[in-house]
Amino acid sequence: MIDFSRNHFALFGLPPRYRIDDAALDAAYRALQAEVHPDRFAGGTDAQRRIALQASARANEAYGALKGPVSRAQYLLSLHGVDAADEKDTALDFDFLERQLERREQAEEAQDASDVRTLESLHAAALAEARELEDALARELDREGADFAAAKPRVRELAFLVKLADDLDAMIAVLD
Amino acid sequence: MALLQISEPGETPAPHARKRAVGIDLGTTNSLVATVRHGLAVVLPDGEGRPLVPSIVRYGEEGVTTGYAAMARQSVDPHNTIVSVKRLMGRGLADLDDDRRFPYRFVDAPGMVRIATRAGVKSPVEISADLLRALRERAEVSLGGAVDGAVVTVPAYFDDAQRQATKDAARLAGLPILRLINEPTAAAIAYGLDNASEGVYAVYDLGGGTFDISVLRLSKGVFEVLATNGDAALGGDDFDHRVFCWIIEAGRLPPLSPADARLLLVKSRAAKEHLSEHDEAPIVATLSDGTRIDLTITRDIFTQISANLVAKTLAPVKRALRDARLAPAAVKGVVLVGGATRMPQVRRAVAELFGQPPLTNLDPDEVVALGAAIQANKLVGNREGNDDWLLLDVIPLSLGIETMGGIVEKIIPRNSTIPVARAQEFTTFKEGQSAMSIHVVQGERERVSDCRSLGRFELRGIPAMAAGAARIRVAFEVDADGLLEVSAREVTSGVAAQITVKPSYGLSDGEIARMLQESFAHASADMQARALAEAQVEADRVVDAVRTALAADGDLVDAAERADINEALAAVARLREGSDAAALRSATEALNRGTEPFAARRMDRGVARALTGRRVDALSD
Ligand SMILES: Nc1ncnc2c1ncn2[C@@H]1O[C@H](COP(=O)(O)OP(=O)(O)O)[C@@H](O)[C@H]1O
Ligand SMILES: [Mg+2]
Repeated sequence: MIDFSRNHFALFGLPPRYRIDDAALDAAYRALQAEVHPDRFAGGTDAQRRIALQASARANEAYGALKGPVSRAQYLLSLHGVDAADEKDTALDFDFLERQLERREQAEEAQDASDVRTLESLHAAALAEARELEDALARELDREGADFAAAKPRVRELAFLVKLADDLDAMIAVLD
Repeated sequence: MALLQISEPGETPAPHARKRAVGIDLGTTNSLVATVRHGLAVVLPDGEGRPLVPSIVRYGEEGVTTGYAAMARQSVDPHNTIVSVKRLMGRGLADLDDDRRFPYRFVDAPGMVRIATRAGVKSPVEISADLLRALRERAEVSLGGAVDGAVVTVPAYFDDAQRQATKDAARLAGLPILRLINEPTAAAIAYGLDNASEGVYAVYDLGGGTFDISVLRLSKGVFEVLATNGDAALGGDDFDHRVFCWIIEAGRLPPLSPADARLLLVKSRAAKEHLSEHDEAPIVATLSDGTRIDLTITRDIFTQISANLVAKTLAPVKRALRDARLAPAAVKGVVLVGGATRMPQVRRAVAELFGQPPLTNLDPDEVVALGAAIQANKLVGNREGNDDWLLLDVIPLSLGIETMGGIVEKIIPRNSTIPVARAQEFTTFKEGQSAMSIHVVQGERERVSDCRSLGRFELRGIPAMAAGAARIRVAFEVDADGLLEVSAREVTSGVAAQITVKPSYGLSDGEIARMLQESFAHASADMQARALAEAQVEADRVVDAVRTALAADGDLVDAAERADINEALAAVARLREGSDAAALRSATEALNRGTEPFAARRMDRGVARALTGRRVDALSD
């Protein structure tokens, strides 16, 4: 049977690191789909078609997980037995939370005032901070003897920022 | 290799004989059938050289007519002449925002609306099947034999119910359907392969009754849909209706009979089309009570009364770009598809939004059918120099289930690349709860009542447990046609239930089987012959697939397995010569099952090959 247990990184022949080579990921994903996609087995036996469906869905799942900075971090932590999506047992840094709440308030005010420029600058700031966090995570996770459990708060902060950026983007779209 | 190898009836076609593959654009207004000939996609015209088939079916005294013949009678017999049936696919009466716009006698039915005609009560699936049958027959005449495989296109924004209805119609029409593909994606294939395009492209498709926008990245032979959006009930018809309303107002007309209304709608459409080339259009008609209408509509008036329809297409465009995380300027070219994109105000609006004139070097009427034909040709296995390309499409709308308080829990978000499988765990909320009702919905809104209900099913026999102790895993799987299957299982006990989501809007398999039977002569000899023919086609397909697999990767089976497979092949070959359909089917099934481990090992080899990068190079050539 197909080895579905191969981890996402191995599936694409990539090293299990946070910093990822986007072009290599894209190329490996396409090469994999070119082999397993159901379109290659449209006239095949039922077994071939079912297996192609599973393998292709598996490739999409793995690609989706590695493509996004948050999901990739969560996945990498999960490979080391750390559940970063679990929100119960990590307290976020107080200063961080306060700064985000402030941003949310500013965003809501700007939204009420249809102030797209402020929303856009908040959006840019959230993205810039997310980028910084990604760099910090790469330094933290990609070094020898990394402490994956210790990175958990940073991953949650990143998730928080990415969500904020998405919400801001949606607000801008509504006003546009 | 001879281009068309037509096998004698009963003769097994040689394994790599060229197959008859067609692409069908089943449009709201016009339909087309195309094929690949000498490496070139071409539309198959009728005897008079006309490529389009008006999507009109008439149930007349003398039988069923379609296309131009049906069109000629539409104002005379509106109740029995069905136009724009695509707008009714997968829809209940309650879904039609303005059913009075259709002059039909609707019959409310659970799931899909039906229409009372001279030939009895018809579902939109049956009416579409009549159209598809006409296209199939055109292809058979033109290609000299039965169609081996068909790709049928659907609007990208069609939901699961509408897709399922389309696939059912194809089956009912006796078409061996290989795949449903999205119309804008088909257009992108035809355009992209034709122009060897690289980069991000948008396809803006405004037809008679639907609007789609898709954003794709074309790179090294991969067509990757990044986002899609649209409106499944917006198209040229709505522009006709604006002109129609203008005529009523300008002519101060009283309420009209269905025949008069249809007559004026036909005139409205002609005026609209005339205005694409001229500054004004005459509207001249005589109603059944002798009232003369003689009006002139200008392009300015038309642009004004249709402005908000044009604007209505731009919101989905912006949403699609946002979902793709792209600015309009990142789009390298905008491909226009659909007859309604000939309207100058539409072209202007698109040009303005993207900051560049749209690409119009392909016939907007034909490009979808041509792309479908190219895909069909590839799926059926005809080798054609340039077939090393891959299509990665997405689902247009999020899929989820209803949770407490009528809130939707999304399981697969919109614009996920298909095929996709996702599972989520839920729990019971009552002490000792033994059943759980699972309500599958599709849409972007938070409340169930604002989304489309796709179906409900129940998981029964959950062992008594404390509230919150049961773990119910609901798994969604969307295949390459964009069709959903849902299963549920209680994890600790293993109690399971499974459905293909179609009960509330589609037709049941039983209904389809019954209709299929009815559509053939009632003599049981015919039915047996048909069953045998179908079993033979399926047997040939499986034998061919197994032989091809053995030829390519025969080293993956050891001697013992090879002997078993050979035996299974021999059994099928033996029964292929006989007349026992059931026995042939079960031998084919045995061959299917017997080659399953081999198929899995081949897939593993494919994965390994991808890892070594061989195909990466091949694709980047
Ligand atoms: N020259 C034209 N100007 C404006 N609209 C046109 C023109 N030609 C065709 N149309 C409109 O295009 C629509 C049909 O487009 P088509 O792509 O064939 O639709 P569908 O895909 O829904 O079958 C109709 O509303 C028709 O009136
Ligand atoms: Mg169309």
